[in-house]
Amino acid sequence: MAKKTLLNEKEIHIILHRLACQLIENHHDFSNTILIGIQPRGIHLANRLVKILKDEYQIKNINLGKLDITFYRDDFRRRDEPLEASKTDIRFIVDNKKVVFIDDVLFSGRSIRAALTAIQTFGRPKNIELLVLIDRRFSRHLPIQPDYKGRQVDVIMDERVRVAWKENDEKDAVYILNSDNK
Amino acid sequence: MTKLSVNNLLGIKHLKIKDIDLIFKTADHFKEVINRPIKKVPSLRDITIANLFFENSTRTRLSFELAEKRLSADIINFSASQSSVKKGESLIDTVNNILSMKVDIIVLRHPNEGAGDFLSKHITAKIINAGDGAHEHPTQALLDSYSIREKLGTVMGKKVVIIGDILHSRVALSNIYALQLQGAEVKICGPTTLIPKFITKLGVEYENNLKKALEWCDVANVLRVQHERMDIKYFPTVREYVQLFGINKDLLNAIDKDIIIMHPGPINRGVEITSDVADSKQSIILNQVENGVAIRMAIIYLLAEQIKR
Repeated sequence: MAKKTLLNEKEIHIILHRLACQLIENHHDFSNTILIGIQPRGIHLANRLVKILKDEYQIKNINLGKLDITFYRDDFRRRDEPLEASKTDIRFIVDNKKVVFIDDVLFSGRSIRAALTAIQTFGRPKNIELLVLIDRRFSRHLPIQPDYKGRQVDVIMDERVRVAWKENDEKDAVYILNSDNK
Repeated sequence: MTKLSVNNLLGIKHLKIKDIDLIFKTADHFKEVINRPIKKVPSLRDITIANLFFENSTRTRLSFELAEKRLSADIINFSASQSSVKKGESLIDTVNNILSMKVDIIVLRHPNEGAGDFLSKHITAKIINAGDGAHEHPTQALLDSYSIREKLGTVMGKKVVIIGDILHSRVALSNIYALQLQGAEVKICGPTTLIPKFITKLGVEYENNLKKALEWCDVANVLRVQHERMDIKYFPTVREYVQLFGINKDLLNAIDKDIIIMHPGPINRGVEITSDVADSKQSIILNQVENGVAIRMAIIYLLAEQIKR
């Protein structure tokens, strides 16, 4: 059981505030912006950022949606265990809006590829940006890079990065787990 | 659970409650998909589906076709009336010829009971039963239960009466299995001549009096009188049927609760149900049709998941 802590609660707190500020720099009052949490694990991060933007920077009326990409994945029928779909909740047309995808870990880039296809069913966004908490370097299968990143890490293929949120785990933390405790 | 326990959908009889839960949960997601501006997902883009209809159908065929297209599957349609079946080709030969065109899933509607079961023993493609004779029509029963669940929150503990021509109905049998599996109470109501002899062995009660049946139930699923399947006269006149078993507004007003009215279609307006009831707020007939697409998408998706290359 090898579990290494990559980020602790305090570090995550600082990073989240930085990411929120970077978003404000580019999106001002968010009137033309839609934040999209990628199901299932990007939702917590998206909720946290929205909370910071609302409570500490008094930005009101932030459009937040949830996007499930299960039906858009390129590994349907190619996995050993089927994936369970989550809820998609986007109550607005994204036409001509600035969309920001929010996910916890960027690894192969395939989830984001699926999300790029999925979001098209809600219209044609003006542009799409990507925000991730952890960017796993040198592991991409596709030409996809984040616009905002919390922390960049080099992790070998057999290892996994796991982001824990206190909403479902006991505390906020980012761990690196090696292959024997997947 | 994320996998179905069956390899084909031949009847509700083979399903477990977990399968129904999984199908409903998946259908919830697809219902959201089909209400988007662009109602399509690419999941099944390398799957080919053949819709083999050896018997006429409008609603079911359209619903399946739409479900398949919304999942991005390639589809071929076949209807017996315009085919070599008329020239004397056997079912297995017809299907094997179609399968050699590399088809992964077959949707089968057939006038003979057990056609899907029989075929499943001879071919490897997935089979979805879209109605076999007077036996089962599983997708209809699933969309019926799904519509009840949507309207009432749950099927468990609800009282459902199935009214009309039970004898010639595949919808009735599949509905009885599906409702009982989910913990609903089921009664049947209709002319004695249109009630199968041993139906009460399934644990359903027979009620001859329509008003009493309606007073008892939360949901009334009204079936069509299937004139085309009746080789002899099962009741004296349509007028008498309407008087004894037709549902009209006066009858519903005489009951002190709002029951839900369902009908699998096509409706004989003025026979088993009057227009003012079919178009009333109590009726969820059009919701059933919408849910049919979502339910069929879920079933096709979950069966396709099992196809590995």
